Amino acid sequence: MPISPFTSFLKLFLLSLLFAFLPGAAPAQESPYFVAYDHYLEEPGNLEIEYFSTFGTQRGGNGFHAYWMEFEYGATAWWTTEFYLDGQSTFGDSTLFTGVRWENRVRVLKREHFINPVLYVEYEHKSGADKILKEGEGHDIESDFLTPNAEARKEHINEIELKLILSSTFKGWNLTENTLAAKDLSNSPWEFGYAIGASRPLALKASAKRCSFCRQNFIAGIEMYGGFGDRHHFGMNETSHYLAPVVAWNLPSEWTFRLSPGFGLNNNSHRFLLRWGVSREIAGFGSMVSRLFGGRR
Amino acid sequence: MRAYFASLAATAGLLSASLALAQRDKVALVYAQLAKAPQKARARHNPLEKDPDAVPAGRILFEQHCSECHGDLAKGGNKGPSLRVEQVQNAKPGAIFWILTNGVVWRGMPVWSILPEPQRWQLVSYIKSLGMAKSTPVSAPSTRSPSNVATEPPSPRR
Repeated sequence: MPISPFTSFLKLFLLSLLFAFLPGAAPAQESPYFVAYDHYLEEPGNLEIEYFSTFGTQRGGNGFHAYWMEFEYGATAWWTTEFYLDGQSTFGDSTLFTGVRWENRVRVLKREHFINPVLYVEYEHKSGADKILKEGEGHDIESDFLTPNAEARKEHINEIELKLILSSTFKGWNLTENTLAAKDLSNSPWEFGYAIGASRPLALKASAKRCSFCRQNFIAGIEMYGGFGDRHHFGMNETSHYLAPVVAWNLPSEWTFRLSPGFGLNNNSHRFLLRWGVSREIAGFGSMVSRLFGGRR
Repeated sequence: MRAYFASLAATAGLLSASLALAQRDKVALVYAQLAKAPQKARARHNPLEKDPDAVPAGRILFEQHCSECHGDLAKGGNKGPSLRVEQVQNAKPGAIFWILTNGVVWRGMPVWSILPEPQRWQLVSYIKSLGMAKSTPVSAPSTRSPSNVATEPPSPRR
């Protein structure tokens, strides 16, 4: 009996939940962004398992729920690698697995500076039905999402995405700016996009007692992202843009929750996106795997 | 489907390579980084030195973010060296703060500027309060303030 991609996705999701209950989890200090990246990488040897959802409204069609799993591993203190599984359900249409992504972020400078650059390289193998809106690029607009899943899934996209992440932390504030260039490996032009973000913990000093609701556990901010067209038609024409307040709650019980209502800024954008996410970091995952294969660590 | 397997195989290969990289012994080199703290950074004064909450708050932060590598008692763990040695305990608070801020990225310690400055100073207060471990030979007097000395080692978090 053939196994559908969605069944595989569901199994992977359940497996990752099981992983999340393993001992060795570490309380994380995670940024609240959904789209923008700051310069902080995963701690070396740690694996973070993350689940994110995006509910989106759709003018002229049915709304959708897109979701993705992230497996983020700190390969070294200067290199983080991530594997993504994407899926979506369009209301009144169907549910389908939409592709995989493999992302790498490399810290360029060995010390902290006022501006900290990080290089980002991602390979995406996805279908045209992908709706996770993890970035704004090129001329991606709301009406692209009107194609029924059965049609959209026939389109296969192999894409390389490059980002330059420039991030600063000053007096508790994180300010970040990401510039994006993406190239479909078929004969398509380079596409461009951006994301900017600002965030700050609600309190800078830590409490002397353990607490879940202490202000330092909450990080709030805002992010804005969108496309800049492509090589032939660079600019804001026929592009979509979003503004989204973001908040993260880093629990001492080793979980992080994120929430972000997003608002389209022009007629080409979805009017409203509601994103939420939950993640758990597994400390020492690299050591566990090493021991499994006879390593000493 | 082939692309999926290729991506998985590449990730597994990178995982193995990174594990090998992470296994190198970096202890001495990590301590040596303390001496590289610029004079200006070393001269910085801990603004929370007299804050009675700094050590207990720093202890919680340490257990959350540092004990995984440096061990629950900061005596050294799987990946991070002991912080209860004279190189660390005799270091200026500003030098420890500088290491926390900048990490020793090429040697495996991440930057911790993601923690706001007051939290990094709370960590410095806690680390300095620990003093040298008994098994560590003492060749120089500790610079820790008696009021900040933790009389009991911290209990393990889990």
